[in-house]
Amino acid sequence: MIGNIAALAIVPVAGVAGIIFGLLFKGLDRVLGARMQARVGPPLLQPFIDVKKLLMKENIVPQNAVAWLFNAAPVAALCASIALLLYIPLFGSGALLEGSGDMVLVVYLLLLPSLAMVAGGFASGSHYATVGAQREMVAMLSYEFPLAIAVVSAAWLLASKAIAVQAFSLAALSAFPLWSLVGTLGFVGLAVLLAVLLFVMPGELGKAPFDVAEAETEIAGGVLAEYSGVNLALFYLADAVKSFAMAAIIVAIFLPWNATAMLSISDMWAGAAAGALFFLAKVFAVMFAGNTFMRIALARLRITQVVRVYWGYASAAALAGLLLIAAELVLVV
Amino acid sequence: MGMNDFKRSLWVFHVNTGSCNGCDIEIVASLTPRYDIERFGMKLVGTPRHADVLLVTGPVARGMDKKLRRVFEQTPDPKVVMAIGNCGISGDVFYESYNLVGPIDKVVPVDVFVHGCPPRPEAIIDGVVKAWAKLEEKGAEGKKGLRKPVAGKAAEKSGGTKSAKEVHGKSKAGGKAE
Ligand code: SF4
Repeated sequence: MIGNIAALAIVPVAGVAGIIFGLLFKGLDRVLGARMQARVGPPLLQPFIDVKKLLMKENIVPQNAVAWLFNAAPVAALCASIALLLYIPLFGSGALLEGSGDMVLVVYLLLLPSLAMVAGGFASGSHYATVGAQREMVAMLSYEFPLAIAVVSAAWLLASKAIAVQAFSLAALSAFPLWSLVGTLGFVGLAVLLAVLLFVMPGELGKAPFDVAEAETEIAGGVLAEYSGVNLALFYLADAVKSFAMAAIIVAIFLPWNATAMLSISDMWAGAAAGALFFLAKVFAVMFAGNTFMRIALARLRITQVVRVYWGYASAAALAGLLLIAAELVLVV
Repeated sequence: MGMNDFKRSLWVFHVNTGSCNGCDIEIVASLTPRYDIERFGMKLVGTPRHADVLLVTGPVARGMDKKLRRVFEQTPDPKVVMAIGNCGISGDVFYESYNLVGPIDKVVPVDVFVHGCPPRPEAIIDGVVKAWAKLEEKGAEGKKGLRKPVAGKAAEKSGGTKSAKEVHGKSKAGGKAE
């Protein structure tokens, strides 16, 4: 663990890296989405252009908005997303604040940008934003449960097989990849949990088919309906950083292998580069499966359906995965 | 940062003021793989707050003028307004109808007119290209393309469903700009 001063210096670095890679992956997502629809799609750097343009636009605060909360919400969302990055192992090395936060903290931090959006939505004094904020809260309640099951199962498996480590530590996960701890039954269970997490990802990020809170065709952009200019740009960045972080979390829990160790590269720089590239490839795979593919393949669900899918099917699948792992722990050990 | 970023990232909001839906379908057609306006960084947004370009269709039926003016006010500067289709330009098939307040440029200032009934998606894309040029001019005039709405001071409140009376009861124009 690093000293507090060094930690402070690291925050802007993590923020800038998170924003750059988040926007890059967003561009990649848009291009691939367009290709899947037989379109050419925007240039890869489109999200950067969008953000630059938004920064030049007028920033309107509606007359009947609660101005301080309306302006604070986007900042809070971006800060929370960047804070998230500090606790996740990135680019093939450990987390920046390794040892001071675990999976439970990460799951809670994941909630914060959504909460900021809810607060901003309620503060904007618009009916559309209020409806969007209510939907966002309902969606949050629904996807948290399968997410929690998946995270707890991973921790439980880790704690029962690798006794010496802290169960919820993300560093321990990369030291003992889950897949190497289980037999066939547990393997199937882990695969189910990974699928559930990939399914939670679009809900967590407010992307189709779970984008009811922002549904621009029915509630005019929902929580973001009143945001323009700089505030909208901040939410845009927060979304990009959070998508990157969410994919990195799934990578950290389920795909923690490290290229440097696997290829046993001795040179420090080559090792770091290989680790970083391998990490980006894994993040890309998760983003593609959990975000782009679902977004293009499935149409938007209604809010009632979102709840049913998460509380019903996704939770049932996650519990089944948990039971498979439990069965193996009980039967095999 | 320059106007060049605007060129490559125009977000479009579509206002229907009573059109026959012909123009609207052509606008949506420009999103399809055949025309794919996302190639140029354009995208349709769901709220005027996110928009750079207002695509207005229809001849402005009675009652829609206040709404249109309010949508115009809600759009952050700099912005351009495009009138799509002959209806909004001259009244077209609805010409001299008792129910018209338009055409569009009587209600809000229009920067680009796209003719046709309905115009083809190519014509709409061409119109957007002309809108870029307009935005560049506005950029040269000052960072914010400041313009007053032509007809009266429509007070703006957030996108709720306040009655027209309530909207006009307010004398203060526009939201607070920072
Ligand atoms: S211009 Fe023609 S196609 Fe377009 S809305 Fe008017 S009548 Fe319909």
